[in-house]
Amino acid sequence: MGEVRVEHLVKTYGPARALDDVSLTFPDGGFFGLLGPSGSGKTTLLRAIAGFVAPDTGRVIIGGDPVENVPVEKREIGMVFQNYALFPNMTVAENVGFGLEVRKVPGADRARRVAEALELVQLGHLGARKPHQLSGGQRQRVAMARAIVTQPRVLLLDEPLSALDKALRVDMQIELKRIQREIGITTIFVTHDQEEALTLSDRIGILKDGRLVRHGPPRAVYDDPQDAFTARFLGEANLFSGTPEAGGLRLADGALIAGCTSSTAAVRPENIAITLQEPEAPNRLQANLVQQVFGGAMGTCILDWQGESLKVIGRDQDMQGLPEQGPVWLSWDSAKTIALNG
Amino acid sequence: MSNRLLAHLGKAYLGLILFFLYAPILVMAAMSFNASEFYQLPFSFSTEWYERLWKNDEILEAAWRSVWIAVVVTVIATSLGTAASIALFRYEFPGKTVLQLLLFPPIAIPWLITGTAMLIFFFGIGLDRGTPAVIIGHAALALPYVIVVVTARLATFDRTLEEAARSLGASAWKVTMAVTVPWILPGIIAGGLFAFAVSFDQFVVSYFLSEPGDSTLPVLIYTSIRKGFTPEINAVSTIIIAVSMGIMLLAARYSNFGGEQ
Repeated sequence: MGEVRVEHLVKTYGPARALDDVSLTFPDGGFFGLLGPSGSGKTTLLRAIAGFVAPDTGRVIIGGDPVENVPVEKREIGMVFQNYALFPNMTVAENVGFGLEVRKVPGADRARRVAEALELVQLGHLGARKPHQLSGGQRQRVAMARAIVTQPRVLLLDEPLSALDKALRVDMQIELKRIQREIGITTIFVTHDQEEALTLSDRIGILKDGRLVRHGPPRAVYDDPQDAFTARFLGEANLFSGTPEAGGLRLADGALIAGCTSSTAAVRPENIAITLQEPEAPNRLQANLVQQVFGGAMGTCILDWQGESLKVIGRDQDMQGLPEQGPVWLSWDSAKTIALNG
Repeated sequence: MSNRLLAHLGKAYLGLILFFLYAPILVMAAMSFNASEFYQLPFSFSTEWYERLWKNDEILEAAWRSVWIAVVVTVIATSLGTAASIALFRYEFPGKTVLQLLLFPPIAIPWLITGTAMLIFFFGIGLDRGTPAVIIGHAALALPYVIVVVTARLATFDRTLEEAARSLGASAWKVTMAVTVPWILPGIIAGGLFAFAVSFDQFVVSYFLSEPGDSTLPVLIYTSIRKGFTPEINAVSTIIIAVSMGIMLLAARYSNFGGEQ
C-alpha cells in the first residue's frame, strides 16, 4: 500500500510529447481517475507508473520508493488491462494464483488466498473454468482478483470497463468501488468516459496533449473547471465570451453576465432556465429555440444564440409549455456562472 | 461459359492434379506388395519384399541413422527457431528487417547448390564429411521452416498477456515458459514436424556431406537404384512415404493450414 507520486515526467515519441512535465500525487488508499481525450497521455502516464513505459526524465515514486529503475515485475503493482489479458491456457484459479506462484507462495496458502480473492469478486464457484467459458463481466472480476491477490502497493486499471455493455458497466462500477473500499488499495484508473470518472473517483486528473490540465475532487473540478477545455470535457458547458466591465461580462448582444470579471464564462446546461416571458434574473439573454429532444424524465433543448449553439437540459414537465421553435429567454442564478481563465 | 461447365472443368483439373501427384505413389505402393520381381502382372499379393527388407541390415542401419539424425535436427532446429521467433517478435533491433528477409532465400535456393556450398564451407573450416556435418547441414536447412511456422503462430499472440504476467511479478523466463510458449505450442509442434521431414527426406545435402559407409536412408536408396532396382526399394519407399505423409498431416493439423478449426 502507499501513496504514488510522479514528478516532472516527460516522455517523447519522436517530435510528439506524450507526457509533458507531469507532476501528480495519488493519495494512499484513494481512487484516482485519469481522464482525457485519446492521445492526451493518460495511458502513457499509467504505463509509466506500471513500468511499461520508461520516461525520458522525471521520477516515479511508489510507497516512498523511487522505481524509475525498477522493472515492471519488481514494482509490486496490480494491473487490470482493457481486454483483461487472462491467460487462456490456465483456469480461473490458476490465473488468479499466478502472481502467488511466481512469488513461491506455498500451495495450501496459495489456494486459500486464491479462494479469498475469488470470494471477494463473488466468483468463488468458478475457479475451475477456463477464461473462454466466462462472460465479459466475469472475466473483468477474474482480472480484478488476479491483480489484487498479491496485495500490490497500487492497483492500475486501464479502461477496465470499456469492453462491457452499458448496463453491465454500471453494475461493475459499483462493484469496483466496493472492492476498492474493502481492500483500501491506492487505485489509479484511466478512462475516456467522464461519467465513469465522476462516479468512481474521489480525485480526478484531466490531461490534454501530455499536460496535466486540472486535478482535484470530481465535484470541485466540475463546479470550478477554471478553463474552457476542462469545462467542456468534464460535463457539458455553454461558453459565453465578451468584454469585462464594471458590472460584469458584457456580451455581443448587449446582455450582461453580472459579477463575472473574466472575459469567458461557462454555464452548465442543467443550470439554465427557459421562459417565454423576460425573467427577473440578473443573467438573462434572448435566444432562438431550434430543437427539443425528448429524453424521458429529462429533456434537451438546442438553441441558437448569436450564431452559436447552446444546450439546455431540464425536467420534461418544465419544458412542455415551450413551442417547437422560436424566440425564448434564458436565465440563470449568478452563483451558477463559472468564470474561466483566458 | 456457364458456371456449371466451369465447375466441371475445375473438378476435372483438380482430379488431374491429384492423379498425377498420387498415381505414381499408389503404383509404387502396390508393386511393393506384388510378388513378381519384374513388375509382372497379374498382381499377386506378397509381403516378401517387406520381409527381405527386415533382414537387410544395411537398409535397417541407414533407416535408424536417418531417424536419429532427424530427431537431433528437430530438437536443434525447433529450439533455436522458437527462440529466434520469440526474439524477432518481442524486440526491435537494428537490422531486424534484413535478418527476417535473409531467412527466406534458403527455402528457395536449390538444395543442390546449398549442399555444394556447405561441402565447400565445411571443407574450408576443417569439418570433415560425416554425421556431425550432416546434422549441422540439416539443422541449417530446417531452421527457416521452424521460424516461418512459429512466427505465423506468434502473430496471433496478444502481447498484453506478457505484460499481464510481468505486472504479476514474472521474470522474462517465466513469462516465456508460462504464457508465450503454451500459446505458440501448436506452431512449435508443427515447426518441429517440418524440421523432422526436412531432415528425414533430405537427399542432396546428405549425399554431399555423409561418408560412404554412413549413409542415411535416402542416400542408400539412391545408391541401391544405381546398382539395380528391386521391389525392396518400393517397400522401403512406401514406408518412408507413409511416415512423411503422416508427419505432414500432423503438421498441417497443428499449424492450421485449413484455417481456423
